[in-house]
Formats: sequence, C-alpha cells, structure tokens
Amino acid sequence: MPTNSGNLIWKTRTFAAIVVVTNVTGNFALSWGIKHGAAMDGSAWSFVRVVFDPFVFCGILLLAGWVLSRMALLGWADLTYVVPVTSVGFVLNAVMGAVFLNEIITPLRWLGTLCIVGGTVLVGRTAPNTETP
Amino acid sequence: MPWIYVAVIVVSTVASDLLQSWEMKRHGEVTGIGRLLKLLLTKAPLIGSIVFLAISFYAFLALLAVADLSFAVPATALSLVAETVLARLLLKEQVTPARWAGTGLVTLGVALLAL
Repeated sequence: MPTNSGNLIWKTRTFAAIVVVTNVTGNFALSWGIKHGAAMDGSAWSFVRVVFDPFVFCGILLLAGWVLSRMALLGWADLTYVVPVTSVGFVLNAVMGAVFLNEIITPLRWLGTLCIVGGTVLVGRTAPNTETP
Repeated sequence: MPWIYVAVIVVSTVASDLLQSWEMKRHGEVTGIGRLLKLLLTKAPLIGSIVFLAISFYAFLALLAVADLSFAVPATALSLVAETVLARLLLKEQVTPARWAGTGLVTLGVALLAL
C-alpha cells in the first residue's frame, strides 16, 4: 500500500472526521442523557435504566458507529497516528459542554485544549502508515 | 473518586485499542459495515477489545455522573501516552519525532486540564 498517495490521505482524513463526529456527538448525547434523564447510583439496575434513556441510547448508537469507523481506519493507519489525530474531538467536546451544558471552562482548560489541538496537528502532518512493506 | 474512574478508563482503553489495532493491522483494510461486524464477532482479539471498551464505557458513564464533560473526556486522554509507548514496543510502530512531540503536547494539554 502506498503510504503517501493523495488517495490514502483523503481516505484517512474522511474516516478520521467520521470518527471524531460520531465520538463527539455520542459523548454529548450520553452526557445530556445522564444529566437530564435517569439518575445513576452505581447499582446494576440504575445502569440498565440509564442505558434506555433516549439520549443515552442515541449516544450508544453513535458510539457504535465510532467503534466501527475507528476499526476500519485502524485497518491501514497506525494506532500512534489515529489516537492523536482524533483527539481533536476533545476540543469539540469542551466546546459543546460549554455551549449546551453550561459547563465552566477556565482559561487553563482552554490552554490545555489548545495544546491538544497543537499535538493533533503535529501528528496529522505525518504519514498515516509508517510500516515498511 | 473521579480519578479512580479515570484510571479504569485509561487501562481498559489502552488494552482495547492495542488489541483492535493489532488484529486490524494483521487482517488489513476492510470495506463494508457487514464485513466489519462479521470480523468484530468472530475474531477473539476484537471481541476482547469490545469487552475492555465496555468496561471503559461503564466507568465513563460513572465518571460523567460525578464530573463535567469538559473534564471527563480530556482526562481520559492520558491513555494516549501509554498507547504510544506500547504501540512502539508491542506493535513495532515507527514513532517519528513529530509523533512524540504531538503526544507530548497532548499530554501537556491533559495536565493543564487537570489543574
């Protein structure tokens, strides 16, 4: 498999985008469902109730899409490429938490978020697959 | 208590990702959701990765009940460092200086988020 072809880069970025979007929307739906729906007290029964909350259930479906798209991506891309590149989702999670869940994000947390973006960009500029044929 | 959940999430996430990457790299590229699902249900390392993912998921739900989403998600990024080191050692991936630098930046970001 060529490691630097335009096709490979396009395919990798498309799948990375799907991984990020399904992860961010899935996490958001989970968080919304837990904070606004059924309460979780640590018991197995409360876990079952939480799972069938509409938002939590929707979050689980989105995260199932995340697992499959990530699995497909790992079929050709390195783990050390996939994990940092898709960590840009942390930034989107923070933004969604601040905008929709009224979570407070301190300047230090924003600085941390920026570092994560910087790390993502650095790794994203490397070849997805470093294996030698 | 939140950090105990974070520890469980990190350990199980690392185990899940290593198993998944190892098997997918061995198998090669897969096209189609049906083939992906079939692979997921028939290959032991992938089944193991889903078990670890389920543990991670349960701990993540518990963490969300006691912590903000803007703390919970970034804190679990600690798994990135462990995964990079173990991918180098176990999966024999070539970790270039740019990848190490990127990993370092993300780790710094996580540390800042935890302050």
